[in-house]
Parts: sequence; structure tokens; C-alpha cells
Amino acid sequence: MLSLLIWLPILGGALVLAAGERSQGATARWLALGTGVVVFLLSSVLYFGFEIGTSAMQFVERVAWVPAFDVYYYLGVDGISTPLILLTTFATVLVIIAGWEVIQYKQTQYLAAFLIMEGLMVGVFSALDAILFYVFWEAMLVPMFLIIGIWGGPNRIYATIKFFLYTFMGSVLMLVALIYLRYQTDSFGILDFHGTALALSEQILIFLAFLVAFAVKVPMWPVHTWLPDAHVEAPTGGSVILAAIMLKIGAYGFLRFSLPITPAASMELAWLLIALSLIAVVYIGLVAIVQEDMKKLIAYSSVAHMGFVTLGFFVIFDIFAHTNGTESGGGSAVMALEGGVVQMISHGFVSAALFLCVGVLYDRAHSRLIKDYGGVANRMPIFAAFFVLFAMANVGLPGTSGFVGEFMVILASLQGNFWYAALAALTLILGAAYTLWLIKRVVYGEVANAQVAALTDLNAREFIVLGVLAGAVLLLGIWPAPLIEVMAPSLQHLLQQVIATP
Amino acid sequence: MTFEMPDFSLALPEIWVLSMACVVLVVDLFARGRESALAFHLVQFTLLTTVWLSIETQWGLTATTFSGTYVADKFACLLKVAICVLTFLVFAYSRDYLRKRELLRGDFFLLGLLGVLGMMIMASAHSLLTVYLGLELVELCLFAMVAYDRENRVGSEAAMKYFVLAALSSGMLLYGMSMVYGAAQSLDLAQIAAIAASGESGLLLAFGLTFILVGVAFKFGAVPFHMWIPDVYQGALTPVTVYVGTAPKIAAVALFVRLLVDGLGALHDQWQIMATIIAVGSLAVGNLFALVQTNIKRMLGYSTIAHVGFLFLGFIAGTEEGYSAALFYAITYGLMAAGAFGVVILLSRRGFEADLIEDMKGLNDRHSGFAVVMLILMFSLTGVPGTVGFYAKWLVLKSVIDVNMVWLAVVAVIFAVIGAFYYLRVVRMVYFDRRNDGEPLEAPAGLRVVLAANGLAVLALGIFPDSLIMACKVALAG
Repeated sequence: MLSLLIWLPILGGALVLAAGERSQGATARWLALGTGVVVFLLSSVLYFGFEIGTSAMQFVERVAWVPAFDVYYYLGVDGISTPLILLTTFATVLVIIAGWEVIQYKQTQYLAAFLIMEGLMVGVFSALDAILFYVFWEAMLVPMFLIIGIWGGPNRIYATIKFFLYTFMGSVLMLVALIYLRYQTDSFGILDFHGTALALSEQILIFLAFLVAFAVKVPMWPVHTWLPDAHVEAPTGGSVILAAIMLKIGAYGFLRFSLPITPAASMELAWLLIALSLIAVVYIGLVAIVQEDMKKLIAYSSVAHMGFVTLGFFVIFDIFAHTNGTESGGGSAVMALEGGVVQMISHGFVSAALFLCVGVLYDRAHSRLIKDYGGVANRMPIFAAFFVLFAMANVGLPGTSGFVGEFMVILASLQGNFWYAALAALTLILGAAYTLWLIKRVVYGEVANAQVAALTDLNAREFIVLGVLAGAVLLLGIWPAPLIEVMAPSLQHLLQQVIATP
Repeated sequence: MTFEMPDFSLALPEIWVLSMACVVLVVDLFARGRESALAFHLVQFTLLTTVWLSIETQWGLTATTFSGTYVADKFACLLKVAICVLTFLVFAYSRDYLRKRELLRGDFFLLGLLGVLGMMIMASAHSLLTVYLGLELVELCLFAMVAYDRENRVGSEAAMKYFVLAALSSGMLLYGMSMVYGAAQSLDLAQIAAIAASGESGLLLAFGLTFILVGVAFKFGAVPFHMWIPDVYQGALTPVTVYVGTAPKIAAVALFVRLLVDGLGALHDQWQIMATIIAVGSLAVGNLFALVQTNIKRMLGYSTIAHVGFLFLGFIAGTEEGYSAALFYAITYGLMAAGAFGVVILLSRRGFEADLIEDMKGLNDRHSGFAVVMLILMFSLTGVPGTVGFYAKWLVLKSVIDVNMVWLAVVAVIFAVIGAFYYLRVVRMVYFDRRNDGEPLEAPAGLRVVLAANGLAVLALGIFPDSLIMACKVALAG
């Protein structure tokens, strides 16, 4: 099942490439869309077939891969990875539709790159062997590198090389840590790494190696600087995948590696992570306000929102310290983790939607600068409605998905330390400031210039894409229970691992 | 003194190559003027049959012959197979290039074949004398090949430089060998190993060891004995550069393993520190200098130095696993380098060498298939998973971490990241820089098939590396 989800898109991508060589476009496009939809449907089977209420790995596959070094082709999903896999397959379909007419240059290669990347990302989320995980994790960089570099904006080469080197730097240190863990545990199974007895000093070094890898991906302040560049230069589809999924992979890494493998070090260094998260939330929020480029603004807002996620993950130690491990403390800690994961999913939808909105404008007016727009609502009422909805979700308005995660994290951190919660809550104001100001300047007001006057509203294709996303955002905002149900047991299990060891 | 009849059957691969070299020499004399097609095909045939012969006669054995100067074992067999396969690839790339420049003569392939013979002898050497014999045979062929295009002044200069430096380093090696001989009273590697293990005459051996290591490092092109690499790589004809850059590296692994592991393995503690300095220096110099190159051959030259640094990590670990990791590295590096130079050859025409990195511009627009091949090769050289370059790096890193030298692994990966930059620059030229005037590529079918196969091999070994890893492991397990 999981293998199918990984290899079907990759195979599809190869077929799309082959088809593109012969025919011009049309066949390849439909083939790509078909693959994307089939994979999405298959992944929903994963969701419905998922047994709720257990933290055990499901849909496990385990075959010897490199027997010479005990590397297994070992796949499985739990409540944390299942929603993320769904998000991946969902976003890929949207991206394929979004690139339907917009991409002119080498379209088949573009579509193939996204399909191949989809397979690799599903691989990252389902790998349970450290080396397999690393293979997918790194290989995933290659298509993204090409997507930004080939179809990006004017400064694309700088941005893409920066993107690659940053993430590569982070991950090679992780590789060293993984090999060291293998040396300690005599296995490459990620689950075997969990709960290994390691001295604190070892744990701290391993934790730092992981931190570099994951913090770059998330990205956390101060290693976030690749993100605005990459986002601004990437084509719309690239930005969507980058924001919706790649950033989540870093956060996923914290849950799968850092917390369970090095719990003592995580506790020891939680203050650092919390500090970095809060800086991201507050400082990056301020930075976002002054941006003149819409994509850059959304990119910075992503950094700020991901700060919430990492805050939720690492505040659990404070909660325990504060509540002395009572029942309510445990509940809050789980809530903090849940809030972080919900925020991940929600941000996946919202940031994808916002980038798509900017893409819609950019395709028409070929500008991303805020000052080139104004009064868009007069010409594009339907678009404006969508844009405002997603902006509200970005702010975290109740009823939208953005609210659920942020609220849970803030509520939980209140149990840990009042000031964390206060600072984190500040972001609601900051977020409102930059998002609403963006909306005011772009969507409302008088028609600013001739270019805006010439805008046409959404076509059917764009309407479908944004409509589906709007539905997802509202559904998750009003009724998040199914999502939380899936992940709760896994997160509780994780929490026990983290707390039990030290 | 009794005369013992040597067992010739053990050395059948070498005997076969030597006889075929003579046949080619004669055939080529009479068949001149037809672009030496016959010589080319005969040489390629010889290489393939040698692969078969080596496996048939030597795999699974451990036997010495010729009074203990020649050994047939799995290690030698694997090396011979790798050397022949890589040389086969290199010749397949070379032919078209030489033909376009009217340099296609049987001599080229003949020299190459004799070089292969030398490397095979090195692989099977079991005495200092045999080691040196094989080494000199290789080097003489290489000198001549680097100077192959007489009209080319850069090439002649490179050959001269190479000759002087190689002679110097051979002198060092020989000097070291003489000291070891003085200490052990024997040329036989097994006896030397026994003496080294016994701890007698440690000082003399240590001196000999140092000189031998210098000589070996030179053959690898490791810092600080790397000066010849960039000039030779740039100055020689591209086919010669590929030849120099692939199979002789594997032979150098043989040199290292035979002399410093089979012979002086007991002194591992003493050469470990020297090898560490060499490795770190190679990683630093190779990667940093490659960053600023504009000539792709020169850049790949510096990148070789960097890869040698990685390869040395396996030696430093000093475990069986480490040596097999180094062997794996050398073989896979040869495969990647051959492919990368193959693309350079593909892009070149008469009067246009395509040896600047900029000449890669717009390859994706001209032919997307070769662009993918180049992409795979570059990412493989970077060490991205999914390609065989990842496993090569992974194995050597693992072997140093297993002996608790984590700091060395960290240094190595940091330089690997620096190295990523210049490989990415090539990918950038291939994919990101568009060029509209680029005419579609034309290449003979043979070249295209071999290049595609080379790229696929890098990918396939990157996904299913097990058999080759196992082969390397078994080869060193003895």
C-alpha cells in the first residue's frame, strides 16, 4: 500500500516524461493529473483503513534492502504521518491543476518533477529505516532544486543554490548522527533508536545534529533566510509544495527523531528551542509587516506560523515541570503536541492557498509587489472573497483551521509559562496586522491602475482549486475532531516515551 | 637451488592481455588506414574476455605462483574486473573523439591495453618487485598517452610535468621499499608482514613506511602530492584524461592495500596519522580549489583530489570494512568520472573542446536525455542518495565513525557540502541557463548507448548497491 503511494507517482512521473518527448503537452498533462488523482484516492484509503486508537505502526512493509549493512526497506505509518501523507497527495493534485496552462516552458518536465517529488515526500513520511528516510529526505531536494531553478523568477539561480546548500548542510550532519546511532544500537530502524540509553553529552550532540537538519527545513530563526528567497523565486507550484509540505518535514523530524531519540537533551535544550520559536513568532511577524512583495510576506508569515509548531513541541517540558506530572499536566502536554500538528496541517492548507492566490494575480498582472495592486475586489469579486477567507484563516479567526492549532498551543503553553503564552498570543495581533494590511492594500480601495482595471476574475480551473482549499480550511476549522482522533494515540505514546526516559 | 615450474594457469588473465597486446600491435601494422577499427575492436574484445577470464580463473582462490611474487585472490580478481570494465567504457568514449580529430591510431588503444596489463600486475602483486614492475608499466603508458597529441603544446607540457613528478615519486617509493627490504631481508609481502608484526627493526620500517606512503599518495594525487593532477587533467586529450582519472585510481587502491595493508598493516597506527593529514588536506584543497575553476576538466581534476580525500577515510579506519569501503569508493568514483568526462566528450567537436563549464549551457534544451545523465552524475559526485555516490560516501563515513573518529566524519561532510556547490554549478548550466542557439546534439549511436548505460548504472547501483558492496567486502575478507 505505502509502496504503491511512493512508487506510483515516481513511475507516473517517468511516464509523463516519456509521453512528453513524443506528444506535445496534452497527453502528458492528463496523464499527470490522472496519476495525481489516483494517488490521492489511494491515500484516502490509507486514512479510512487506518485503525484509530492505537499508536502502533500500520501498513508495515519490511524487506531487506542492503543486507550487507542491515538496511531495510521498512515502511509504516502512525497517526502523525498519515495526515501528512494525505496533505502531500492532496497538495500535489492542486499543484498539477494550478500549473495546467500557466507553465509554458518544458511543461512535461515540470509535471514530472512534481510527481516524482510527491513519491519521495510520501517516502519521507513513511520510512521507518533511518537510511531509507535519509535517502528520501535528500533525494527530495533534487526535484525542488530543479523546479526553482528552471521555472523560477529572475534571481532563481541564487535562490535555488542557497536552498540546496542550506538544506544539504543540515542533513549531512544528521547523516553522521544516524550512523553514530547505528554504531550504538546495531540497527538502522528508527523505532530501535527510540528509547536508546545514551549519555546526556552524546544526546546533546546528536540532538544538535538533528536540530541543524530540521531547523533549516522548518525553518527556524536564524536559519530561515533561504526561505524568503526560495519562495519568491519559485514558481507558484513550487511555493505551494515548499510551504505546504517541505516545511512540515522538518517539524515531522522533530517528532520522529529529536524528541523520542534524545529526550533528555530535548529537555535540556527546550529553552533554546522555545526561545527560537518565540523569536520566530514575534520578530519574523514584525519583519513580515514591512514586506513589499506579497510572496515574501507570506513566506515570513510561514516562518512565524511554524514557530508555533515548534513551540508546541518543546513547551511540553515546561508544562511537566510546572504541573509535576499530574493528570491535567499530561493532558495539556498532549494538547500542545496536538496543537502543533494541527497547526502543521492547517498551515499546509492556508499557505498553499495564499501562494495560489498570489499566483493567480501574478499570472494576470506579472507583478508580486503590493504597490502594483489596489482595488482588486472591484474587478475580481470571487477571487477577493477567497483571498479574504484565506487571509482570515492565516490570522487565526475562529471557524477557520488556523484558529484550532494556535488556540491549542497557546492554551497549553499557558500551563507551562504565562509569558510564553503571552508572547505567542502577540502573534495573533501581529498576524492580523500584516495580513489584514496586505488585504487592505491589495484587495480593497479604488482601482489603482490600468493593469488592475484589466484583471479578469477566476476561471473554472482556478475556482476549483481555491474552492477545494476553502472547503478544507473551513472543515478543519469547524470540525477538527477526525484529524485529532487519528493522531492522538500516537502523540500520547510519543509523550510517554519522552517523559519516561529521563 | 631447485627450479620450480610456476603455475602459469593462475596468471592466465595477464598472459592473455599480453598476448593480445602483441597481436594488436601486429594487426594494427597491417591494417593501418582503416581508422584502426580492427585494433579498437580487438582491444575491446580483449578487455571483455579478460573480465570473464579473471572471474573464471581467480575468484574464490588464494594462491601464489612465480615463487610467491604473484598472487591470485578475490581482491585481485575484483580489481581486474573493475579495471577492465572501466577501461572498456573509456575506450568506447574515446573512439569517436579521436576519429573527429584524425588522431585515431591503434597506438592509443595499444598503450591503454598495456597500461591495463600494468594495473593488473599491481593488483596481483605479492612482492615489492612485482608492485614496482606493474607500477612502472602503467606510468610509462600514461606518459606516452598524455603526450599523445604531439602538436599540442599544453599536452606536451603536461606530459613533461607528469613525467618529472612521477619519476620523483617513484624514486621515493623505491627508496622506501629498499629500507623495508633492509629491515625484512625479503621482497615477499608475507614475510614483510611477519617482520612488521614482530616489531623488530621498527625505526627502519617506519622510515620506509613514510617514503612508501609518499609514493602511494602521489599515485592517488592526494595532497600535498597532487600538483600534477590539475595540469594533466586539463592538458591531456579528454579521452586520456578519462583514462588517467578512472582505472589507475583503482590500481592505486591495489598499491595501497598490497603495500600498506598486506605488507605493513601492522604499522597501521603509524601511518594512520599521516593518512589523516593527507585526507583532510585533500578534502580541503580539492574542494576549495575546485570552486573557482572555469575549465570543467580542471574542476574535475580538483574534484578527484577531494574524492581521494574521502577514499582515504576508509584507509584511516584501518578495518576490513574500511578498506572495502575505499575499494567501493574507487570503483564507483571511476564509474562517475567516466560518465562525466563522457558528457564532455559528447559535447565536443573538432576545434571545440567543450571543456569550459559554460559550454554545458542549455544542454537540457539541446537534449533532455543527456541532461538527465549529467544531472545524475553530478548529484552522484555530490553524494545525494538515490545515486551510488551516496553509498560510497556513506560507507567511508561509517567506517570512520565505527572506529570512533566522529570529528573526521564531520570535517568530511562539511567539505562535501562545499563540494556540492561546484557540482551544482554544472547542473545550473545544464538546466537553468537557457540557450536558444544550441543546435541539437549529434553523436554516434554507440556513444549514446554507452553514456546512457553509464548513467543508468550510477542510478541502479545507487538503489541496489548490495551486490557490489558485498563483492568488495568479500574481496577484502581474503
